[in-house]
Amino acid sequence: MSDMAAQSSAPAELPRAKTDWLPLLLIPALALLALPFVGNPSTWVTLTVAGLAMGMMIFLMASGLTLVFGLMDIINFGHGVFISLGAYATLLVLGPLAGWALSDSIGLNLALLGLCILVAMAVTALAGAVFERVIVRPVYGSHLKQILVTMGGLIVTEQLIHAIWGASPIPIPLPQSLRGAFVLGDIVMERYRVIAVVIGLVVFLGMQLILNRTRIGLLIRAGVENPEMVEALGYRIRRLFVSVFIAGSALAGLGGVMWAFYRQTLTAGMGMEVMVLVFIVIIIGGLGSVGGCFVGSILVALVANYVGFIEPKLALISNILVMALVLIWRPQGLFPVARR
Amino acid sequence: MSTSPALPLAFDETRRRGGILTGLLSSDLPRSRALSFILLAIFVLLAATPFLFSGSQPVGTAAKICVFIVLVASYDLLLGYSGIVSFAHTMFYGIGGYGIAIALERISPTWSSVAIGLVAALALSAVLAIAIGLLSLRVRAIFFSMITLAVATAAAVLASQLSEITGGEDGLSFQLPPALRPAFRLLSEPVFGTMINGRLLAYYLVFTVSLIVFLALLRIVNSPFGRVLQAIRENEFRAEALGYRVVAYRTAASVISALAATIAGALMALWLRYNGPDTTLSFSIMIDILLMVVIGGMGTMYGAVIGAALFVLAQSYLQVLMGAGNAALAGIPLLPNLIHPDRWLLWLGALFIISVYAFPGGIVGRLRQGKP
Repeated sequence: MSDMAAQSSAPAELPRAKTDWLPLLLIPALALLALPFVGNPSTWVTLTVAGLAMGMMIFLMASGLTLVFGLMDIINFGHGVFISLGAYATLLVLGPLAGWALSDSIGLNLALLGLCILVAMAVTALAGAVFERVIVRPVYGSHLKQILVTMGGLIVTEQLIHAIWGASPIPIPLPQSLRGAFVLGDIVMERYRVIAVVIGLVVFLGMQLILNRTRIGLLIRAGVENPEMVEALGYRIRRLFVSVFIAGSALAGLGGVMWAFYRQTLTAGMGMEVMVLVFIVIIIGGLGSVGGCFVGSILVALVANYVGFIEPKLALISNILVMALVLIWRPQGLFPVARR
Repeated sequence: MSTSPALPLAFDETRRRGGILTGLLSSDLPRSRALSFILLAIFVLLAATPFLFSGSQPVGTAAKICVFIVLVASYDLLLGYSGIVSFAHTMFYGIGGYGIAIALERISPTWSSVAIGLVAALALSAVLAIAIGLLSLRVRAIFFSMITLAVATAAAVLASQLSEITGGEDGLSFQLPPALRPAFRLLSEPVFGTMINGRLLAYYLVFTVSLIVFLALLRIVNSPFGRVLQAIRENEFRAEALGYRVVAYRTAASVISALAATIAGALMALWLRYNGPDTTLSFSIMIDILLMVVIGGMGTMYGAVIGAALFVLAQSYLQVLMGAGNAALAGIPLLPNLIHPDRWLLWLGALFIISVYAFPGGIVGRLRQGKP
């Protein structure tokens, strides 16, 4: 209350939310800490860039889930299947346009990637709409049933992918000019990873802009804090919920495309495999926080990369260790979301 | 959950009236004629399988049903009675399997190594369950689901990587104590045309231990402790206000359930004479358990019996049926793919979703509703 009194002298200024810098500092601190252990600076740069790229891909896959949780209090264990679905949707583009992938023109290759992303996002958005209507809508408000029913949706959709595209893994080659790496002196940066970093940053900045600078974003943030109030003010919160769910699914589709080209094979279980990482990331970030999800993704990926280089045996459980440490420090995650 | 089954009478009240059977079943009677009949049929069939059917497949299926009844019942203690979703149940199942496998392989194929392996596995499971429970049940129940998923995955990766101890992806094959080997003969003459050999003894070991653990679980859920768990499931806040420490009760439930799962894993390893990541640790088994609990009926131990029996039978025999349907529909686009024998999980998954919505009490809830 004393804050309010201080602010009242300048009525035009609303009290600004304090930015919590501490978790953000973790990333450079971690990177610097790893430098002496890695030893060679150019290896360190390579590892860091690779980790950033990995982190961006995880972020793309996790952001939708955390957004949906933050706004709707829905935990979607079936989120992983949208990742797989997005990945398989690339086949719709790669089938007819196989020539574009083989050509040397970087423009054509990037256009192909863009087209894949668009188609995948459209497919997963549609699937998300159906999933929300059929699977999720009857179980708003009950976490237990949500977990069960979305697991059921995951099983059925995964089996449908098997039925439509076959059960065996499908190889998908990366477009010609996106293969290989940029080499600067000793530093090696894979081209595809650089593209992943760029796309991840664009999506993150876009989400931040929409959430913090637009009317829709204002409503979403208000809905997270108090949905009844938003509804009482005359906004259709349901419609907002559904569109966020669809957007979240589309983001999973985008992440799925990036992940598929990175792995260069398609399996129906690929989404569920990466879901473990996604859950770790959103727990670290704080359930519902987009910024926390971003920081968490990068943190997890960097630690996995450094530890994998320094002590490979330990890399298997490094994610769990990071999660345990973060939860001991902040039991609600890095950026706890204030909830009713 | 609003659709919980009606609570039976308090234990002591009915025990005075009931006989031995009521005591054995902890006063939690099936309360439906059809359900009693099905349960009795499953019990008799399981008890007599080695004498009724010839060949190794029916006995193998029956042993699997026994083990899964324990595994699913222990999971139901968490999901149905306490209202928390764990994805680490296969981890405890795997610990039991690896405990037996490692002890019998590394030490010696004797009963004392079985005991050592089982005790070590139970201890490890208890410690892990307490650690996970205290770390994650404190914050929000939903954390528990995600953290157990992460921990279970890490455990599966560890088991396949630490190949010096666990045999890696190949798993461990081992010798059983002499009395359980197929060559062992208890009687020189066959009984009802069946040889009483070590394999048969192994089956009855699995059957008996499963029965005891199942009855013990039935006793636990019908005890005052079980009643508190149900109270927490129905209204966590009110239970806390009444003075019950929710975290302690939930952690205790997860420890009991983990111990029972460990025993199930040990039985499975003893029966198969092998343990590997695919038989006990894989995520698909976790999904199977979920399906069995929900389809059979959450919040009733009998649901575990029916769910496990139905599911294991479906796993073994539904595929044959679907294969026939698949052949009959050949030529139509996509439709044959949907009833391809490998797609049986698709239909059980759909049944699972319908179960959660339409009859949350599962098959048992349905049967009890029909005939009071």
